[in-house]
Amino acid sequence: MFRKVLVGVAACLALTACSNNSDKAGEAKAPAGAQIAGAGATFPAPLYAKWAEAQKAETGLALNYQAIGSGGGIKQIKAKTVAFGASDKPLKPEELNEAGLVQFPTVIGGVVPIVNLPGVTPGQIKLTGPLLADIFLGTVKKWNDPAIAQANPGVALPNLPITVVHRSDGSGTTFLFTSYLTAVAPQWAKVGASDAVAWPAGQGGKGNDGVSGYVKQTPGAIGYVEYAFAKQNGLAHAALQNAAGTFVNPTAESFAAAASGADWSKAPGFYLLLINQPGANAWPITGATFILMHKAQADAATGKSVLSFVDWAYAKGDAAANELAYVPLPADLKQRVRSSWSAIVGPDGKPVYVPAAQ
Amino acid sequence: MTTVAEAGGAPRAARGAALDRLFEALCFGAATLLLTALGGLVVSLAIGGWPAFERFGLSFFTSATWDPVQEIYGAAGAVTGTLVTATLALLFALPLAFGIAIFLVELCPPMLRRPIGTAVELLAGIPSIVYGMWGLFVFAPWFAKHVQMPIMMSAKPGTLWETITTGVPNGAGILSASIILAIMILPFIAATMRELLLTIPAQVRESAYGLGSTTFEVIRNVSIPYVRTGAIGAVMLGLGRALGETMAVTFIIGNAHGFPTSIFASGSTIASTIANEFAEATGEAHTSSLIALGLVLFLITFAVLALARLLIGRQAHA
Repeated sequence: MFRKVLVGVAACLALTACSNNSDKAGEAKAPAGAQIAGAGATFPAPLYAKWAEAQKAETGLALNYQAIGSGGGIKQIKAKTVAFGASDKPLKPEELNEAGLVQFPTVIGGVVPIVNLPGVTPGQIKLTGPLLADIFLGTVKKWNDPAIAQANPGVALPNLPITVVHRSDGSGTTFLFTSYLTAVAPQWAKVGASDAVAWPAGQGGKGNDGVSGYVKQTPGAIGYVEYAFAKQNGLAHAALQNAAGTFVNPTAESFAAAASGADWSKAPGFYLLLINQPGANAWPITGATFILMHKAQADAATGKSVLSFVDWAYAKGDAAANELAYVPLPADLKQRVRSSWSAIVGPDGKPVYVPAAQ
Repeated sequence: MTTVAEAGGAPRAARGAALDRLFEALCFGAATLLLTALGGLVVSLAIGGWPAFERFGLSFFTSATWDPVQEIYGAAGAVTGTLVTATLALLFALPLAFGIAIFLVELCPPMLRRPIGTAVELLAGIPSIVYGMWGLFVFAPWFAKHVQMPIMMSAKPGTLWETITTGVPNGAGILSASIILAIMILPFIAATMRELLLTIPAQVRESAYGLGSTTFEVIRNVSIPYVRTGAIGAVMLGLGRALGETMAVTFIIGNAHGFPTSIFASGSTIASTIANEFAEATGEAHTSSLIALGLVLFLITFAVLALARLLIGRQAHA
């Protein structure tokens, strides 16, 4: 019995020794330690996992990302239990300064209204921002309401009650959606924008699954989900009117249009929601997901690993992002983020990571 | 022989006594560890929830407003939802569980006893998230089509019946959540009841049969009175689970804050509210209100268990 344990321990030691060796071999490529820890938003988690997998194979750098939600990510990075936090909801510049954090976007996504309307083809129904707000406030109750009919000439609207479906769990999706309604509809001000709000009408489904489940099962229902989720599941969406006045459909191009139309130079700490951006083709409910890091890194090697991970993703991760229905950042924004990294310094006061010139 | 016994006996007795003391200490340690953990849990819930109690005072218990934007929180809606769903679940599950247990012990052909018993135990082992998914994607559409819609459409406008049966016709709401909960607590109650019924000495039952009683009379007048105290414990165990059940309820209850106005209306329970919002709660008032909700749930569960003890105690003395 005891001998077996001894043998086991010896075997373990031998294995660790081997893996140490391989780490050292990998160090030539990877800038530092074998593993970085991150936690936060669930929305980018599939993409981060994919990036991590590809990068581990290429550079040996491993990422341990826990999708615990944006709120959890913010809490964890403030408590310094992780090397980076991830959030769909950007922190305001003053909040960043207070906590000694910096943030930058990694990838773009958006929110899509989904509907269940018998006899109406996907994308056929058109909604304006104020109309969407009235529907979610519960003031427009029927699909054949004159206000909806006015925006949809020629569409046979069913005489069905509108069932509003929203997220029941706190979510960056809800934050983006309610921020949009606040921005475009003054009547939404009494509800406000947050990752969970006091919904005046409707039912709450848990997660994108829950919302789409309710919408699919309820004729006359309208809900909202992440763009990637809507695309992967082929959900029927509604077209939305953007700031330029045109009705647009949610596509990778319309998200990219919203991102490139935005003026990031006037957004300190990259605090910018891509809501109602100018541009004839811009999707109005667009937003980036963010990474949060401490400005002063106690361990320069860890900071360097995180930034090199993101740098790699910017350089080589776009294909993976497109494949999973995320929208990569425009090139000029990536460059802007890279130059912002000079603010992240190690104990010696020097930047922990200097990206190679692209 | 005696010399051998004396020679070996004394050290053996001493060693035995030492081992006994060690054993006692270990058992005592295990019990205290549990109590300390429980105490620590209550204290940390109270500390975490204190800011919410301080800020909202009594209105935390009386108001059903739950507004994370303006940071106004009241637990009344969630508490009502919890009590209503748990009570309804118990009402649905109890007769079924009794039926299953009595059938298994008294009436079941031996060939069927094992398969049915195993099925009941399997039901208890299914993770609650599976019940939630099944409830949302399979049960809710069926329920909407075959139960909810007929009831809603047959209700006369303007009657009280119409008021308590209005809702979104997609099968999510208070009643569906209660039914799913009933299915979940059923195996617990049934399995415990079966064990209890098996403890009845054969002579007692045989004597009753011998006096000419029918099966129904034996069950009603002998079996049930014999296990009554234990049965209350079994029921309370089920109620405790129904009160705290989280994932399945979250999927099917519709998650609307505020007082539920009808049996088909969306509602929320304490556990579903915590599960929904805790991960993303950042503000102090929000986090602390959720922890305070946890404390309220703890107190409700404690009250239920205390009530059960009281009932059992009274029965035992009578």
